[in-house]
Amino acid sequence: MSAQTEEAAAQAAPRTGKGTAPPPASGRGAGARAVPYLLILPAAAVTVLLLGWTMVKNGLLSFQNLGRRQLIRHITEWTGIDNYGNALGSSEFWRVTGRSVLFTAANVTLIMVIGCLTGLLLARLGTKLRLLLSLGLVLAWVMPVVAATTVFQWLFDQRFGVVDYLLDRLGWHAMAHYNWTGSQFSTFFVITVLIVWQSVPFVAINLYAATTTIPKELYEAASLDGAGTWKQFTSVTFPFLRPFFLATTFLEVIWVFKSFTQVFAINEGGPDRLTETLPVYAFQEGMGSQHFGMGAAISILTIVILLALTAYYLRLVLKQEEDEL
Amino acid sequence: MRRSLFGRVWPGATAVVLFAAFAFPVYWMFATAFKANKDIVSDTPVWFPTAPTLDHFSKAVAADGFWTFVGNSLTVTLIAVALSLVIALLASFAVARMRFKGRKSFILVMMTAQMAPWEVLVIAYYMIVRDADMLNSLVPLTAIYTVMVLPFTVLTLRGYVAAVPKELEESAMVDGCTRTQAFIRVIFPLLAPGLMATSLFGFITIWNEFPMVLILNKDPGAQTLPVWLTGFRTTFGDDWGATMAASSLFAVPILVLFVILQRKAVGGLTSGAVKG
Repeated sequence: MSAQTEEAAAQAAPRTGKGTAPPPASGRGAGARAVPYLLILPAAAVTVLLLGWTMVKNGLLSFQNLGRRQLIRHITEWTGIDNYGNALGSSEFWRVTGRSVLFTAANVTLIMVIGCLTGLLLARLGTKLRLLLSLGLVLAWVMPVVAATTVFQWLFDQRFGVVDYLLDRLGWHAMAHYNWTGSQFSTFFVITVLIVWQSVPFVAINLYAATTTIPKELYEAASLDGAGTWKQFTSVTFPFLRPFFLATTFLEVIWVFKSFTQVFAINEGGPDRLTETLPVYAFQEGMGSQHFGMGAAISILTIVILLALTAYYLRLVLKQEEDEL
Repeated sequence: MRRSLFGRVWPGATAVVLFAAFAFPVYWMFATAFKANKDIVSDTPVWFPTAPTLDHFSKAVAADGFWTFVGNSLTVTLIAVALSLVIALLASFAVARMRFKGRKSFILVMMTAQMAPWEVLVIAYYMIVRDADMLNSLVPLTAIYTVMVLPFTVLTLRGYVAAVPKELEESAMVDGCTRTQAFIRVIFPLLAPGLMATSLFGFITIWNEFPMVLILNKDPGAQTLPVWLTGFRTTFGDDWGATMAASSLFAVPILVLFVILQRKAVGGLTSGAVKG
């Protein structure tokens, strides 16, 4: 139904735009016609200059052999597709790529499952408890990323961290004074807890807001037909919120896949570079080892992989926007 | 029904547990920041700061260059947010109120730009800024941050401008206002809440930005709070009290802003965020 009204609005809009256009726009000819372009000029100009040009520059860099020597002497040394060849030919790159995809999948699954369950719970709660839980969610949501990374390092601290203490008290004595940043899996575990903790509130609160838009009659009809809680979810809630699930899942994929601050701040990609995901890997190869051309090539490959992972959603969004505009 | 007691209790119980899980890290940050050192380095955690102290805060504030970082963070954040608001306001007015060729492409460019993977473009930015001989300066940083939050600002403000009834503007023009006057006198005041909500998002993004400043500004004199805070071990060693005090100081402006702008902000953030 909403699609129809939007369509109607889209059809009506250009006509009203032309028909009832305020006098200044239609009356003064070329001068007035330039107004919208002047208005968007600053935004378009800075975006093209500072983002568009950087994308181009990134592409150019990826075809150059640019190390410390070339950097200092300002030499441009073109190497064709060598950087790409080296990256794609190295087992390290594929290991990091596989790791990034797995890391993203695990995080997004956890975020969506916990976020949706929390959102559905919000919808079931009474006013007071809902307010309480929302307060907790908003606190986690608003907490600045950088502050959260230091707090999680403290929570998971080896000597005086609360997490080790609690696990020990709960009977898992091997975890007393456990060194979380000592191994690949445990470091990823901390990063995942951090990212899930930060992302669930967004999903939960939005899902709750979205459920309030579902007409009550649908649930009444479903329960008259004898549908239980699960059946109500699969036959009413899920179909109704399908666009929401789709959009949120893909936004989280984008967000998790390119997350740099959390991965870098918790353990700088360590131990032994075993927790580097693609953005951190590009950074370490490019800036750390000063192979800037190589770093640029990896960053292009990262973008390509991200585009491939989200192509389905991006196509949908662009198509939808195009129809709506 | 046998299930009913359990059925009534579990949502509430789960809600309380979840509340604790989400609120605890924030609570623990503030609690640690106020605790005396012997309560922080104790084998059994002290759950409440029984004898609150401000020692850690004075240590954090007295840390090398703290006020420089605060000044730098505030400078880049406020200037970039203000610039992006002005630039976006112009563009969003054109997009929401005028029909012109290229309007659609402009919106699509903004939507694409909003998804730009800044984190992986840092190397290219480094080369560009280095070639311009402007490393360790706040100017390129501010410019990049402006563009970083601009697409979101344009797309969100577009919604707010469109929500102001066209009739208000038209009747102002019938009463003899020019279009510019109508905008300043009629639309702008109505946009104020939208502007504030949008700026909150920009503020949070820039206040938190880490990879860009990490790469562009190696000189401590030109760094911002996120670099200082993530490198807390160099400043404070294993002094968790001071680290948590520093984190609290970093988080408080955002928490305060959020509380002030709460209602508008949640609506604004969600509507903009879901739009992607």
